[in-house]
Amino acid sequence: MITLAHYIVLSTIVFCISVAGIFINRKNMIVLLMAIELMLLSVNMNFVAFSRFLGDASGQVFVFFILTVAAAESAIGLAILVVLFRNRATINVGELDSMKG
Amino acid sequence: MHLNSTFLLVIALAPLFGAIVAGLFRNQIGRAGSHWVTILGVGLSCVLSFYTLYQLVWGGAETYNENVYTWFRVGGIDAHVGFLIDRLTALMMCVVTFVSLMVHIYTIGYMADDPGYQRFFSYIALFTFSMLMLVMANNFLQLFFGWEAVGLVSYLLIGFWFKKPTAIFANMKAFLVNRVGDFGFLLGIAGVLLVFHTLDYAQVFAASDKLNGMTWEIIGGHPWSVATVICLCLFVGAMGKSAQVPLHVWLPDSMEGPTPISALIHAATMVTAGIFMVARMSPLFELSDTALSTVLVIGATTAFFTGAIGIVQNDIKRVVAYSTLSQLGYMTVALGVSAYSAAIFHLMTHAFFKALLFLGAGSVIIAMHHEQDMRYMGGLRRYMPITFITAWIGTLALVGMPGFAGYFSKDAIIEAVHESHRWGATYGYWCVLLGVFVTSTYSFRLLYLTFHGRERFVVEHEHSAKASAAHAKAESHGHAETHHEPDDHHDHHLPPGHLAHPPHESPWVVTVPLILLAIPSIIIGAMTVSSILHGDFFETAIRTSGHAEGAFSGWFGAMLEGFMQPPFWFALAGFAVSTYIYLFNPSIADRIQKAFHPIWTMLDRKYWFDPIYQAIFARGSLLLGRGLWKGGDVGVIDNVIIDGSAATVGRVAGIVRWIQSGYLYTYAFAMIIGLVVLLGGLWWVMRV
Repeated sequence: MITLAHYIVLSTIVFCISVAGIFINRKNMIVLLMAIELMLLSVNMNFVAFSRFLGDASGQVFVFFILTVAAAESAIGLAILVVLFRNRATINVGELDSMKG
Repeated sequence: MHLNSTFLLVIALAPLFGAIVAGLFRNQIGRAGSHWVTILGVGLSCVLSFYTLYQLVWGGAETYNENVYTWFRVGGIDAHVGFLIDRLTALMMCVVTFVSLMVHIYTIGYMADDPGYQRFFSYIALFTFSMLMLVMANNFLQLFFGWEAVGLVSYLLIGFWFKKPTAIFANMKAFLVNRVGDFGFLLGIAGVLLVFHTLDYAQVFAASDKLNGMTWEIIGGHPWSVATVICLCLFVGAMGKSAQVPLHVWLPDSMEGPTPISALIHAATMVTAGIFMVARMSPLFELSDTALSTVLVIGATTAFFTGAIGIVQNDIKRVVAYSTLSQLGYMTVALGVSAYSAAIFHLMTHAFFKALLFLGAGSVIIAMHHEQDMRYMGGLRRYMPITFITAWIGTLALVGMPGFAGYFSKDAIIEAVHESHRWGATYGYWCVLLGVFVTSTYSFRLLYLTFHGRERFVVEHEHSAKASAAHAKAESHGHAETHHEPDDHHDHHLPPGHLAHPPHESPWVVTVPLILLAIPSIIIGAMTVSSILHGDFFETAIRTSGHAEGAFSGWFGAMLEGFMQPPFWFALAGFAVSTYIYLFNPSIADRIQKAFHPIWTMLDRKYWFDPIYQAIFARGSLLLGRGLWKGGDVGVIDNVIIDGSAATVGRVAGIVRWIQSGYLYTYAFAMIIGLVVLLGGLWWVMRV
């Protein structure tokens, strides 16, 4: 029997992986975007799990909204990435430090 | 009958109008225009001043005391511009405007070649306005306004030749020394305001009894009479303006300015402002014997000791300047023994004959092509008879020859000091009596060195043995320190004592004022002595506490008596000494100089006032200024506050900037930490 706790643990693990992906990843901008997507997915998973557990459909409606926004966000993120690559000829996160004080 | 307030406004404002037009539109109206507009302005005020005096004395007009304009109103104190016109004021107005008019006319000749012609006329007209505001004031604030304004114009005119370093030094010195006096004056005015809550003369004098027995504890445990404190503060102001020891040092240096202003400002009018002020404040000064004794002692010291310096001076203007100091001392002594009317009387006669002497000296300076050293003069009586005769008249008036103007006033002062029982009166009496001898000595010395004796100058186109004679003479008298370079815009290529042209009598614009001043120098004393000194001329303008009047037998009788009084014999002794030394036996001067070398050195160095002031005050303030500059400005403000705050921000920023790595993951991490802390905090707060 898969309980709510399993979902929550899974979602927490996914979230932690995504956070680690943001911090540990020093090479690739695309991995960064993927990590953000992963973070949103873990949240979605929570929403769906709680929606099913509480018998309230509005959680799933939220998931649709989040997915839509995430798709738009990825599109914009990738567009920025393309422009960034054109300008800097790199997507290496370690080299993008022009805001250094 | 009342005085016409329009006339009074015109008297004050006509010179101001002239000054503004001559000053601001000097290129449009040209040289002639500038002297016409100022002379007409001053002439108009002169005529109206005499008319005002006539109305007050013979027309039976009442004293005019009204405010014409409210300047400002602050904290319940109204500052008015107003006029108090009584006979004292009217007399001062006549003296000021008349001498000023003479000086205006004279300036046409004296400044004929000067590029600053219009500027000069603008300044002297502005001076006339300021001085009129000073004497016509009906409250302390307007008095102070006029007081400062004449100081400003004096500063501008001493430094008129602003390319001359000595002139710049002198005007700075005059300004600074006057600041000392003005500070005291301001304290005095503040004291009056504190006690009377008004600055209006009439109200203050009406309430002056309030000061009786009133004391302040300025230093704990020592009650000081308020009257004494206020009067001493006011007198410090008078000391600055009227150049009394020890604030006298600026006046001799002020001779760096052009001669007409020496006559107008530094002899006849401005320097007498202090005397006028004390006389005006007589209701206050009468309440303090201490203050009057101080006035007496300081005046007596000035009268004798500065006069003595005049004996060793070689610059013709400086001799007259020291003479002015000495005469101002006489007036101050008179104030000190409550003989205010004698002081004002001497002020008036002195204004005429001292202006005459100065303008005469100026005429000589023109003739000598701006040479001022008497050692290079001599025998000028043949070249300039009018100047010669008027200078004799001025000198006789100055030394108090019975019958001349100065006799009546000076004799009255000496008499008043003699009869006074105030503390210090004996000292004062001896000072003024010896002062007569000294006055006579330097005055006749000046006449002999300038107009009599051999010619000690050389006219350049007749090279002769005279040249070497002049040099020998100059060196035997020689003393480099007191010798002043001639004004550098004239004959600077010639050595001292050499003239490009023979001396000549000055043009009519110079000689006419001399003659017009010579007339009052002879007759004004005899004309007015009975009413001013022995009549009731000043009515309520001057208040004295019972001044004993001696018997008076008319001016002619007083003149005859004069021949039997000690002052006359002292003057005669001075005349004899001077005549013997400088006219008949010039070589004796050097022998006396050697025999009395310490005294001579002391006089020549002017009692070391200048070096002492230089060492203590000038150097002290320089050190103070440097300390504030290095310690306060550079040390605290620059290093600590400005550079220091910038450096602190820099150091803090240097630490903080390490947080700004520029990497996305750092910011994301910070965000998440922040979120965790925020939520954690929220949870912590809401946990109940």
